[in-house]
Amino acid sequence: MEPPSAQLASLAKDEEPQPWGSLGGPGQRPKTRRGAEDMESGAKEEARRTPRARGRWPGLGGSRSDPAHPRAAPRCSQERSAGRSRAMAKARARWGHPLQFLFACISYSVGLGNVWRFPYLCQTHGGGSFLVPYLIMLIVEGIPLLYLELAVGQCMRQGSIGAWRTISPYLGGVGMASVVVSFFLSIYYNIINAWGFWYLFNSFQDPLPWSFCPLNANRTGYEEECEKASSTQYFWYRKTLNVSPSIQETGAVQWELALCLVLAWLMVYLCILRGTESTGKVVYFTALLPYCVLIIYLVRGLTLHGATNGLLYMFTPKVEQLANPRAWIDAATQIFFSLGLGFGSLIAFASYSEPSNNCQKHTIVVCLVNSATSIFASVVTFSIYGFKATFNYENCLNKVILLLTNSFDLEDGFLTASNLEQVKGYLASTYPSKYSEVLPLLKNCSLESELDTAVQGTGLAFIVYTEAIKNMEVPQLWSVLYFFMLLTLGMGSMLGNTAGILTPLTDSKVISGHLPKEAISGLVCLVNCAIGLLFTMEAGSYWFNIFNDYAATLSLLLIVLVETVGVCYVYGLRRFGADLEAMTGRAPGWYWKAMWACVSPLLIVGLFLFYLSDYILSGTLQYQAWDATQGQLVTKDYPVYTVTAIGLLVAASTMCIPLVALGTFVMRRLKKGDRAFKA
Amino acid sequence: MLWLFFFLVTAIHAELCQPDAENAFKVRLSIRTALGDKAYIWDKNEEYLFRAMVAFSMRKVPNREATEISHVLLCNVTQRVSFWFVVTDPLKNHTLPADEVQWAIRMNRNRINNVFFLNDQTLEFLKIPSTLAPPTDPSVPIWIIIFGVIFGIIIVATTLLVLSGIRQRRRKNKESSEVDDTEDKFENMATIANSILCDSLDMKGGLVNDVFMTEDERLTPL
Repeated sequence: MEPPSAQLASLAKDEEPQPWGSLGGPGQRPKTRRGAEDMESGAKEEARRTPRARGRWPGLGGSRSDPAHPRAAPRCSQERSAGRSRAMAKARARWGHPLQFLFACISYSVGLGNVWRFPYLCQTHGGGSFLVPYLIMLIVEGIPLLYLELAVGQCMRQGSIGAWRTISPYLGGVGMASVVVSFFLSIYYNIINAWGFWYLFNSFQDPLPWSFCPLNANRTGYEEECEKASSTQYFWYRKTLNVSPSIQETGAVQWELALCLVLAWLMVYLCILRGTESTGKVVYFTALLPYCVLIIYLVRGLTLHGATNGLLYMFTPKVEQLANPRAWIDAATQIFFSLGLGFGSLIAFASYSEPSNNCQKHTIVVCLVNSATSIFASVVTFSIYGFKATFNYENCLNKVILLLTNSFDLEDGFLTASNLEQVKGYLASTYPSKYSEVLPLLKNCSLESELDTAVQGTGLAFIVYTEAIKNMEVPQLWSVLYFFMLLTLGMGSMLGNTAGILTPLTDSKVISGHLPKEAISGLVCLVNCAIGLLFTMEAGSYWFNIFNDYAATLSLLLIVLVETVGVCYVYGLRRFGADLEAMTGRAPGWYWKAMWACVSPLLIVGLFLFYLSDYILSGTLQYQAWDATQGQLVTKDYPVYTVTAIGLLVAASTMCIPLVALGTFVMRRLKKGDRAFKA
Repeated sequence: MLWLFFFLVTAIHAELCQPDAENAFKVRLSIRTALGDKAYIWDKNEEYLFRAMVAFSMRKVPNREATEISHVLLCNVTQRVSFWFVVTDPLKNHTLPADEVQWAIRMNRNRINNVFFLNDQTLEFLKIPSTLAPPTDPSVPIWIIIFGVIFGIIIVATTLLVLSGIRQRRRKNKESSEVDDTEDKFENMATIANSILCDSLDMKGGLVNDVFMTEDERLTPL
């Protein structure tokens, strides 16, 4: 699964968890200092302008609606600070322009999954007909859940921990789980950017290093591994990853990849250094550049020889696939993960926007853009597929022609693709013995089988695409463009990921009191980089696949489920709707309420149960290892310690939710006991 | 008598040059593949040129400087175009060893290819492997150079941003510490003067008239 790009899920770690009922003691008003107004202040100014809007969190007195002023600062925009007398509440950072928020969300959601996962799904589930479950799931699941997260973030104006704690103290664990998942994601996601950098730097050579096989030790032929596989596979598995034959053989850190990883983290640090100030400028670039490159590639792709084969193959709908439940499940999963729900990044992004921001409009725009990009990217991918398949098919035919010409000493140029079958028949009848000798060597060339090789993930990006690129004219240019696009997509996602971790940390008074924002960001990047070096080892790509498949999948489903249930049933759907109306000026309609309350949670429960049963039923977990002697992937079982690690990964995030809830419950019990004792 | 001698010579020639004969090599040309429309026809003259090139190559071998064109025999020319050839000694009773012929051809492969406008793939000497071109390894891999450039740029940009942030914060701290003092004095006076808990008020730096309380504050909070 491709977890969507990192979202800025910053959880604001508030002060000590405030029990629900103790909010709004008469004293706790933050003082603002004039000197602290260097950033645009939001709620503070509004609070001052509208003296009546110093209301507390509406939960206290029951659902009372806000007093008359329609532009009153919404209750949910009050910042809570520990009410110490000189507590200085710094105004929250803001997006410089509402477009920055939109671009940040787009840049986060539109990630590598749109480019390398969706085309694969389209191909496996019957081309054009996959769009039907995809669009249905978008309407039923994607748009409502995205609106929910954005609304929560905008309303609470804190990162995910603080936001969920505000909704209900027992739900603080949801925020924590989001941070843990974001942390795992950012550890392993940046290695993709490192790979992208490596390929980008290697694209400035003529010929491209993955277009030829290197010579072997005594210069009599090519490297054996390269002969058995292909030059692009050899470059990926040997020159880039230097992959070991199994996950147990960890091997050494590859210094080239380590350097690229350090560079990738430095770049992320540069972009998040100043918070929304710097991120806001960067997202203009990371959101728009991929589209430029995709358009260029679309034009190039459609003019390639054989592109129409691929496009026809993809878009011919196979309607019988609609009956396959797997298609619907994959559609739901893709929508879910593609949007980046549950990481807390969307909450963090939204917490930096104006309270009156119309996030409903933004939700729809982001969802539609995300899906449109997926479809657009798969058109490009399939024209490239078609080109590559046609090229390989014609190569195969030429090899057969050459073999026949040489064996039977036919005139050079006599055999062509059109008369091949005829001549084969003639030869079979005229020279039966010789023909039967040659027959086993003749490969059966088929365009269908070439097109059928559906690939996803890193295989698609780094093997299939590079193979297609090396056969184009001026391959260096196309290669540079392509990897540049991959890098911007990946960077956009990383910005969101790290924001998801940083916003809670910077919101927490404990941490941000002692360290400046730059230092916190630097520490987070440093820690992530150090742990990420694990993925630059020889077995690194196997660990990458573990993280990719297991770190975020189940946990996210659980997190979003608890989020939806928490908002609808614990907090109250009606209350939430009233808050939204107070904040943005428009109440959510019946569609939103119906989706939030029933349809989306049911869908998530269904997905969750499906994946759980899938994991349990499949028995041993297996993985694909690269066998250098055969030049292809083989399936192996995970060793026990790896399975334990997988279990820990999943548990680390999911256990936060019940543990924090339990902890809050116990603490409140103790406090009540104390009070009763004292009284 | 003369006819018999001639017949004998031809017979011996025929024996010397045969497919799979000792010291014989098969040659395969793909002229149409290499040249397309500009392909030339393979005729006797081209064969003569080929024999001349082989003789020329053999003359480079030590002790074989006396090789003549007539010592090179061609046979079994097919439509492909492919044929076999051998190189005989001046007395024409045995063929020269395969090693010498192989060495000679490998040394002059490039010139033979160029004469016929072909390359190693389109003019094939079966059983004579071509020497593969050594890879061109630059002293510094290109990717390191580009990596260095981008790394340098990012380090510079990061340092600039961090330093400017530190400078900004230092300036802000200086300013706010001045404002802080004045506000402190003012608020303390106000507190003493009115005996009101300042914490309960949302202060902008001035006094708030308590008469105008909000609805919320009238009610006792939970």
